[in-house]
This record gives sequence, structure tokens and C-alpha cells, in this order.
Amino acid sequence: MPTVTMTVNGRQVSGEVEPRTLLVEFLREGLGLTGTHVGCDTSQCGCCVVHVDGKSVKSCTMLAVQADGAEVTTIEGLAADGQLHPLQQAFHENHGLQCGFCTPGMIMSSLELLQRNPDPTEAEVREWLEGNLCRCTGYHNIVKSILAAAAAMRGTAQAAE
Amino acid sequence: MYNFAYHRPRTLAEATQLLAANEDAKLLAGGQTFIPTLKQRLAQPSDLVDLSAIAELRGIREEGGGLTIGATTPHAEVAASEVVRRVVPALADLAETIGDTQVRNLGTLGGSISNNDPAADYPAGLVGLGATVRTSKREIAAEDFFTGMFETALAEDEIVTAVHFPKPEKAAYAKFPNPASRYAIVGVFVARTAGGVRVAVTGAGPCVFRARELENALSADFAPEAVEGVSVSADGLNEDIHASAEYRAHLIKVMAKRAVAAAG
Ligand SMILES: Cc1cc2nc3c(=O)[nH]c(=O)nc-3n(C[C@H](O)[C@H](O)[C@H](O)COP(=O)(O)OP(=O)(O)OC[C@H]3O[C@@H](n4cnc5c(N)ncnc54)[C@H](O)[C@@H]3O)c2cc1C
Ligand code: FES
Ligand code: FES
Repeated sequence: MPTVTMTVNGRQVSGEVEPRTLLVEFLREGLGLTGTHVGCDTSQCGCCVVHVDGKSVKSCTMLAVQADGAEVTTIEGLAADGQLHPLQQAFHENHGLQCGFCTPGMIMSSLELLQRNPDPTEAEVREWLEGNLCRCTGYHNIVKSILAAAAAMRGTAQAAE
Repeated sequence: MYNFAYHRPRTLAEATQLLAANEDAKLLAGGQTFIPTLKQRLAQPSDLVDLSAIAELRGIREEGGGLTIGATTPHAEVAASEVVRRVVPALADLAETIGDTQVRNLGTLGGSISNNDPAADYPAGLVGLGATVRTSKREIAAEDFFTGMFETALAEDEIVTAVHFPKPEKAAYAKFPNPASRYAIVGVFVARTAGGVRVAVTGAGPCVFRARELENALSADFAPEAVEGVSVSADGLNEDIHASAEYRAHLIKVMAKRAVAAAG
């Protein structure tokens, strides 16, 4: 079996995988990182979104061998020094989740949006979330959370200047 | 998913050798169509040859006044490219409408056209612009490349390397997306070129096609109103849970009008 090596949440990891192993299976079953969810397993719902080399991707639609040598970030990699990431904090404060199943994917997807566009409009947030489905919230508070996180992150960036 | 052996060659020559040496080998690009296919056990390749590490297959450059886009260039890169925005903005707009962010981050031009889904967007862009497909063996005019539903002129061991797009005078793409998948229920690419007006339709039939009646009308008068008097036949158009053939015929005109208006 091939061995894959990648950096996951800043830590270098290796494992033997069958080539048909999906990245999400390697993360959840190989590494025990169960924060990344599998909703549809058919590339539709976005519950499985992680970052690979800085881009959000559906980890149910990528093989672990394709991520060999890559930098992977999952929801577990966002909080730093016991502090929730501003996106996590904003979802908490704005009731951005109900059952929470879609939340890791929502956060990992919107993280790429805020990295590219620190000040998105509501319409831009909604459009960006095209590939993320939520069965509970009606999206309203998810959008509100992302806009709140964007404002908080801009505030921190300004304070640092 | 059935198991397979995985290869990630660094050169086109190596990839071609791997295909030649393994009869049931298949290419893997962004995987956004092929991995779902493998999961459903609709394919059983012995080997997967991943094209992602072959540098010569990726990237966007100006060439001969037009654009050349490498086969493994992801949709997101085309949508965000300043060169594409400047030379053929309609193509960047088209790429922006494909699927969702995550599909655009991995899905590629070469994968999309080789798959030739009847509802895919790029085939309309290629035929509308009169593009040329470059492969490991030859050059193929876009119109000869797309031969039928999920069928292309590619041989088993042939690899798309790039697509060359000539620069049009004006062009635009208008799409009526399926609200769930974003695939085109009908997509119309309109281009005014030195050689005349070209109108390419995707989503409506089993394979992308040129709408000659619309081309004639728009050649006489490149304006949205010129579409009005044309009758588009529903014969042979797709019929499914999303839309009837008649509705698709209607949408072809509506999308053509919108595209002409957007092209300006
Ligand atoms: C949720 C979702 C929504 C989507 N929405 C849209 C949409 O709105 N519009 C749209 O157009 N598409 C859509 N797609 C499809 C998407 O654009 C895919 O990226 C594309 O169809 C395939 O490209 P790929 O790079 O992922 O190819 P892969 O899936 O890796 O490969 C597809 C096929 O092409 C072959 N192939 C790949 N590269 C080459 C090459 N260079 N030479 C020869 N053969 C090759 C492979 O062997 C395979 O048979 C969607 C996909 C998903 C999952
Ligand atoms: S589990 Fe990956 S998209 Fe639904
Ligand atoms: S909070 Fe339940 S699916 Fe989104």
C-alpha cells in the first residue's frame, strides 16, 4: 500500500492507505479527526470541506493519495491557544448552528472567502455558500455569523497595524 | 470504490507511457466527476494516472492575440485570471458559473471537456469561440471534438494538453442553471468574430451544438431584438424532470437574447 505524508493542522503525519481511500476517510478514520463530517458522500452538501494548500475542497471527492505532500487544515486546526477562531466564536454568538452537522464545512468554506475578501457583502456570502447545505437553520444566522466574523477579523487586523 | 493503482507522473511523456502500458488505465484530473463515478462503481480502472503534477499542462497565457489555457487549470483560476478577464472576459464569467467554490477549486478545463457532460458549460465556450483542442497527438477543432453525449474525438490513450481560444470581437455566456447542481438546463454562448457570429448551445440537447438560425439572424443584426423572430425547434432536445423539450427551446431564445445584451 502507498504511504502518504501530509501536514495536517501544522503537524506532519504519515500513513499507509489504499489508493481508493478518500481524504475524509484518512482524516476521520486514520487520524481520528472526526470534526470533518460526511453528509451526502456525493459531492453536494459541503459538510466535508477542508483546506488543501489554502483552498477549500470537498474531502469526500478527493483521494488521500492526491493530498500526498499537501498542507491540510481541518476544523480542529482553527482554534489557537485555547481561543476559538473568530468564525467559530461568531457562529456561537449568532446562533449560526442548530444540530451543528453542517457547521465544520460552513466554517471551512467561509474561511476561504474571508481570506480572499475580508469585507464581503451579504449577497457575496450567500453566493459563496452555494456548495454548503444546511437542513436546520435556513441559512440566515449562518450568513449573519460570517458577516460578524468578517467584521471582528477586520477589527483585529486594524488593531494590529 | 474498486481499488486501483495510483500514479502521479511529472511529465506528459511519462503519463502517455503509463496509459500505453496499462490497458485499463484512466486519467484523473480534478476528480470532480471521476471520483463520484468511481464511488458508484460505474468504472473499474486498473490504474489512475493523476495529471495534477505535470507542470506543462497547467496555466494561462496569451498566444497569437488569443488565450491558451492548460488542461489541468482549475475553473477557479480561469474565473480569477486577469489575463482571461482582459482577453476573453466571457470565458472567465463562464468559469465563475460552474458548480460551487469547491468544485471550481479542483475541477479542470481538460476534465470538463473530456467528460463532455451534455449540461457542462465549457463545451459551449469552446464551440462558441471556435477554439482548438490540443492533445498529446494532434489539434482538433472544438466542433469536431464534441461528438455526442459524453463522447469526444479522443482516442483511449490521448491526453488533452491545452485549449487555444481566439479572441472574439464580442462575446458573452448566459446560463439558466439547475438550482441544485448549477449545471446548465440551457446555456448559450454567443460570439461575434471576424468570421461571423457563432451561437453555441449546451444543456439543451445530447451534446453542444451551433444554433444556425440564431447565427443567421444575429449576423444580419447583432441585437437582442434580432432573436425575437427566429423559431427554435424542440425536435431532439432533452426532456427530463427539470424541463420539457419545448421549455428548453424557449430558454435557448431567452438565453441567446441575454447573452447578446451582455456582449453589448
Ligand atoms: C456538485 C457539482 C457541481 C457541478 N456543476 C457543474 C456545472 O455547473 N457546470 C459544469 O460544466 N460542470 C459542473 N460540474 C463538473 C465539474 O466541472 C468537473 O470539474 C468536470 O466535469 C470534470 O473535471 P475534472 O477536472 O474534475 O475531471 P475528472 O473528474 O478528474 O475527469 C473527468 C473525465 O475526464 C478524463 N480526463 C480528465 N482530464 C483529461 C485530459 N487532460 N485528457 C483526457 N481526458 C481527461 C478523465 O479520465 C475522466 O474520464 C460539477 C461537479 C460537481 C461535483
Ligand atoms: S459529504 Fe462531501 S459534499 Fe457531502
Ligand atoms: S445546523 Fe443542522 S445542518 Fe446546519
